[in-house]
Amino acid sequence: MSFPWAEEYRPKSGFMRWIDQRLPLPRLAYGAVGGGYPVPRNLNYFWNFGVLAGIALVIQIVTGIILAMHYVPYDQAAFRSVEHIMRDVNQGWLLRYLHANGAAFFFIVTYIHIFRGLYYGSYKAPRELVWMLGLVILLLMMATAFMGYVLPWGQMSFWASKVITGLFGAIPLIGEPVQQWLLGGYAPDQPTLNRFFSLHYLLPFVIAGVIILHIWALHIPGSSNPTGVDVKGPQDTLPFHPYYTAKDGFGLGVFLVLLAAVVFFAPNYLGHPDNYIPANPLSTPAHIVPEWYFWPFYAILRAFTVDFILPAKLWGVLAMFGSIILLFFLPWLDPSPVRSGNYRPRFRQFFWILILDILVLGWCGGLPAEEPYVMISQVATMYYFAHFLIILPILSWTERTLPLPASISESVLHGEEAEAAPADLSGIRPAAAE
Amino acid sequence: MATVEHSDGTLGAGPDSSSDDGLRRRDFINIAAVSVAGVGAATTLYPLVNQMNPSADVLALASIEVDLSAIQPGQAIKTIFRKQPLFIRQLTPAEIQAANAVSVSELRDPQTLAERTKEGKPQWLITMGVCTHLGCVPLGAAEGESKGQFGGYFCPCHGSHYDTAARVRKGPAPKNLEVPDYVFRSDTVVAIGEVA
Repeated sequence: MSFPWAEEYRPKSGFMRWIDQRLPLPRLAYGAVGGGYPVPRNLNYFWNFGVLAGIALVIQIVTGIILAMHYVPYDQAAFRSVEHIMRDVNQGWLLRYLHANGAAFFFIVTYIHIFRGLYYGSYKAPRELVWMLGLVILLLMMATAFMGYVLPWGQMSFWASKVITGLFGAIPLIGEPVQQWLLGGYAPDQPTLNRFFSLHYLLPFVIAGVIILHIWALHIPGSSNPTGVDVKGPQDTLPFHPYYTAKDGFGLGVFLVLLAAVVFFAPNYLGHPDNYIPANPLSTPAHIVPEWYFWPFYAILRAFTVDFILPAKLWGVLAMFGSIILLFFLPWLDPSPVRSGNYRPRFRQFFWILILDILVLGWCGGLPAEEPYVMISQVATMYYFAHFLIILPILSWTERTLPLPASISESVLHGEEAEAAPADLSGIRPAAAE
Repeated sequence: MATVEHSDGTLGAGPDSSSDDGLRRRDFINIAAVSVAGVGAATTLYPLVNQMNPSADVLALASIEVDLSAIQPGQAIKTIFRKQPLFIRQLTPAEIQAANAVSVSELRDPQTLAERTKEGKPQWLITMGVCTHLGCVPLGAAEGESKGQFGGYFCPCHGSHYDTAARVRKGPAPKNLEVPDYVFRSDTVVAIGEVA
């Protein structure tokens, strides 16, 4: 698809030729995830996480469709139907734990995927749209995860729906009508539950559609790589299959082992016990926090405590959404022509400080809104925005970067041409060995 | 690092390589990996399919106990067994006689009354209230309902007539009304859905 030397699809039988002339689906798959997609030969295991996120979505859709066969989106019955799934449905406990923990794992692999992109400059030209479509997927994931969390109609579900829709209530003038429109009433109730169920079922398929666009946009320039150097010729690439299907297959094995370990040995570790109490509109749980994957954003939301021109509540909401909207402008906030953090020593330091900063935000977001955590999250929030709005632009103009390798193949060979270039492996010889 | 892969995929130059038999190390890894993944995928399918089978709360109601003490001879009750109507009828001596008088070989679904009741309790006729034609509920269990030409049950949907042993005698139904598994706990309590 992306490079002129990409292997063309050749049907192996008369039947496949017949299909190919009428519906070239095998040709599409071959060019997208088969031998026909040339991939830089130096990808490391951080490049597994896109595939892992895709598989996590498949797990969510499969288990979710099954849960929907047993779940009842009715406020008097929702909680009971979830308990019915846990106790009565054959292997229902397994399917629900897979779905709940699968969501957490979906976020883990997606966050690593995003940090991979941040470190290796995957957002830079010509992959800006790949990056932005990825952020759209992240926003859709967040909406889906939130609405899914509401469905069991436990205490945390109920109050999450109240608090999160309350964010929209911070919008000046139209805030309250918008919140009532989202809830279908004055507080979370049957209409809320029913529409969240409908949208929770819909959005994963929207995500799947945006993922197709994400991959399509990716396959125009082809995958980036740890050096950030462009592919210069056939010696720089390997066919996706079998080389990266095998590498992704190994990563998938590790991913599934970890998911199974949590599902079977600590299925409620990431959850909140309060959500095993049926929703009670008259009593808020003492310590209310979202799921861990929202903690950094939750900390940003709570970091604003003083009215300054606008009310503090509105600042918090703006900052929380702004922390992601900001990332849409990242390709232009960091105009450095060097993509990979491997060749940007200063950038690399600030990258790790940013990771630390986000971990601190996450830590604060999971704790009660008390001092000193509020002050810590205020500092960390300030740093988060400073990183993208001040540090990165200055860095990209002032930083002295390290010399880039002449090509991908040169960077992987390290002068070991004779060993690393087998005699006649389908005629591919690294340029450096010529 | 010492092994070099030749173009045919066999490994040479390594001290532990055995390229002579044509089996490549890669073949073994390939078969082993795909087999493990295949077994894993097949195992994963089991819960995905099995979740659609009746759940524990449904199975918990798969057997019920019924008290027969209030049913007088000639009376019948309708109850619900596995979400379907169940007829329990105490036959009168005349009805038993009528059922036994029929020549079994002439029946569409040949069965004697004795085969359709428990030994020593020929007066207790326990059958599903589901017509074997297309699943309607036959009339004849409740007071005042038509019992059909043969004094048993009559299905109004397509006109099947059942006799006093709930055997089909006329109409499109292919089989007699189904007799479920049941055991008598005592003379007046019967457990439907249990096998003796």
